[in-house]
Amino acid sequence: MGRISWRSVGLGLAAPVGALVFALLVCGIILSITGHPPFDVAEDMIGSLERPRTVANSLNSATTYYLSAVAVAIGFKMRLFNIGVDGQYRLAAMLAAALAGASFMESLPSVVRILMTILAAMLVGAVWSGIAGFLKITRGVSEVISTIMLNAIATALVAFLLNPDRLAVTVAGSNNIGTAPITEGGQVPGIPYSESSSDVFGLIVLAAVVGVAYWFMLNRTRFGFDLKATGQSESAAVASGVNVKKMVLASMLLSGAVAGLVGMPQLLGASHSYSLDFPAGLGFTGIAIALLGRNHPIGMAFAAFLWGALDQTSNVLDLSGVPKEIVVIMQGVIVLSVVIAYELVRRYKLRLEQRDVGRALGTTKTPEEAQA
Amino acid sequence: MSASGLAVGVQETVAPPRRRASPMIYFLLAIAALLVVSLVRVLTGAGNLTSSGTVAAALTAAVPIALAGLAGLWSERAGVINIGLEGMMVLGTFGAGLFGWQWGPWAGVLAGVVLGAFGGLIHAIATVTFGVDHIISGVAITLAAPGLTLFLAKLYFTDAPGGGQKQSPPIEDVPHVTIPGLSSVLGDIEQQQWFFVSDLAGLLRGLTTDVSLLTLLAVVLFFATAYVLWRTAFGLRLRSCGEAPHAAESLGVNVYKYKYAAITMSGALAGLGGAILAVASSQFRDGQTGGRGYIGLASMIFGNWRPGGVAAGAGLFGYTDAMQLRGEGAVHALLLLLGIALLVLAVVQLRAKRYVVAGVATVIGVLFILWFALTDQVPPELVSAAPYVVTLLVLSLAAQRLRVPKWIGRTHRRGEGG
Repeated sequence: MGRISWRSVGLGLAAPVGALVFALLVCGIILSITGHPPFDVAEDMIGSLERPRTVANSLNSATTYYLSAVAVAIGFKMRLFNIGVDGQYRLAAMLAAALAGASFMESLPSVVRILMTILAAMLVGAVWSGIAGFLKITRGVSEVISTIMLNAIATALVAFLLNPDRLAVTVAGSNNIGTAPITEGGQVPGIPYSESSSDVFGLIVLAAVVGVAYWFMLNRTRFGFDLKATGQSESAAVASGVNVKKMVLASMLLSGAVAGLVGMPQLLGASHSYSLDFPAGLGFTGIAIALLGRNHPIGMAFAAFLWGALDQTSNVLDLSGVPKEIVVIMQGVIVLSVVIAYELVRRYKLRLEQRDVGRALGTTKTPEEAQA
Repeated sequence: MSASGLAVGVQETVAPPRRRASPMIYFLLAIAALLVVSLVRVLTGAGNLTSSGTVAAALTAAVPIALAGLAGLWSERAGVINIGLEGMMVLGTFGAGLFGWQWGPWAGVLAGVVLGAFGGLIHAIATVTFGVDHIISGVAITLAAPGLTLFLAKLYFTDAPGGGQKQSPPIEDVPHVTIPGLSSVLGDIEQQQWFFVSDLAGLLRGLTTDVSLLTLLAVVLFFATAYVLWRTAFGLRLRSCGEAPHAAESLGVNVYKYKYAAITMSGALAGLGGAILAVASSQFRDGQTGGRGYIGLASMIFGNWRPGGVAAGAGLFGYTDAMQLRGEGAVHALLLLLGIALLVLAVVQLRAKRYVVAGVATVIGVLFILWFALTDQVPPELVSAAPYVVTLLVLSLAAQRLRVPKWIGRTHRRGEGG
């Protein structure tokens, strides 16, 4: 570890902060055009953060988003695009919910039940992403396409299984259907948060564990090293003896296993059943957060909280007549501008380094001289 | 993450010099396919399989998918993956909703095209000028577009007559045309239930009766694309950007300009697809596209990055889409059809001496036929997965026939060519 250079820290922060400012600007303009004073909107949103309930809910959203981001990041680290986190977690949550709600589970001790549920979810997620990994290494099918297809197939499968004839029961007093509710022994109790009426998910601990494990895997294991090496240069990795096919399959399985966890905090901490209104689309949120956090365990944690806070504080906007989708626009702009900002910073850094090298060698050639 | 994806697993087979298949071959293939479908209809008694109603419904369902596929084709032929098609289609549906209810369907279609092109332009700025990974930019656009449209929908549609927070007021449809005379004659033949002849009549009647002008526009665009991309200097240069941008650059082609043109065109076509979807269902609704952008992408891959193939793929997906609305019997017959198709594929692969692939195709094909034989119906929920399963099967079993643009998904910076 070298000493911390302020320049690299500054450049590292320039991109996300710049993107954030840019996104605020764009949203400010949109709000002004549509006749909503941007500062009032911002004030409303920030004001709502003072309520403990909003903070607790933001943390809860962040927990789910973080898990999803880690699942995506494992693939990103070796340039695999697991677009399929979405299908993987929904199928996993559904099947795990059916298992956890099954009557034979009642007799088991609580810890065993919870562990079995979580393991089942990881297994299902891994199997579903494993199909994409398998097709990639045997048939060269792009994982982007295959995971998109698998997402849609998962949607159909969930719809098929979530039927009163199969794994579902009708929820009493509504026309919602879901898996059999998980009884108390299978639930994970929440953590009370100051005066908030809703608890923080107990499985926020799981997200933290996954984050640490992710960091450890990347920086302290052979597997993590190979993963990063393959992502940075496939040919160099092959030359140094990495079996890329094995790595693709392993990282897809791992990514899918973590994806399987995405639905768990919500399932075991709040819903206690997989029903039609179970949150969907979290896989795509994960992609956004992994991008914003640059696949870094801590960066993604900040990004996940930002996303969660944006989502939760936007609820207050509907009261004042501003469509809360302004937040979705903001999130989209952040994602796009953050990747552009990272690219600009990378180019700028390259120029700085070239200048440094030139200075160290004593001469800086102008491009014209260099070409002469 | 500059260049997309790992190369692992991609089979670098040298394609044998392919004889250019004449249109006659495709014509005969189509006849053969219709024969098989006809046979299945007679065997299963599922008359809906080739009725003109089914064909017409399939055509309506296929058009937005086909335009999304065509949009993907424009972009990918210039070397840029466009996974933001879905988002651009969403913009198109909204454009049609916003302008369509006030100034008529054609204004709506135009607005959809313009908004879609705007989405394409953003994708171009990100991927071409800033060298952002194509997948990431596409995902971002697909994330942002529904948010933007829902935001604006809440502002503009909530208080409009017949509108709501998530839907626009009704849009009028464009005129439909029927070839006079022909329709009733074909209808009589269709009623006879003759083997093949009635099926052909049903097919033709579905294609010539009550066809929306927008469908005709889509057909024209397919021919126009084929002409522009393969028969003009502009098209050659555009495709060269997707194959070897550095070589193109060395010959004086302004690669950035062509890529911008291709991606903006791509967005416009996707927007048109979305607009047609909205006009055909008489209003804009949130979530209306329902993944059609992705199916369009699949139909493009299925169609081997060629307009004719895209049309065929979209037709197939539109057909399975239409089947879902046509009752259990037809859906059940689809299983047999899929099984037979896989067996045909197995024979093709066997002739190419790819024994493992042929074996796998046979096994899956037999499984589908067994599924057909042992059951009386297919759960309707599973039918919606059919296009995706078919795409996965095609990709995994017939992928070596696909010819991807060489420089697809990679960034190209001006002046970097050695």
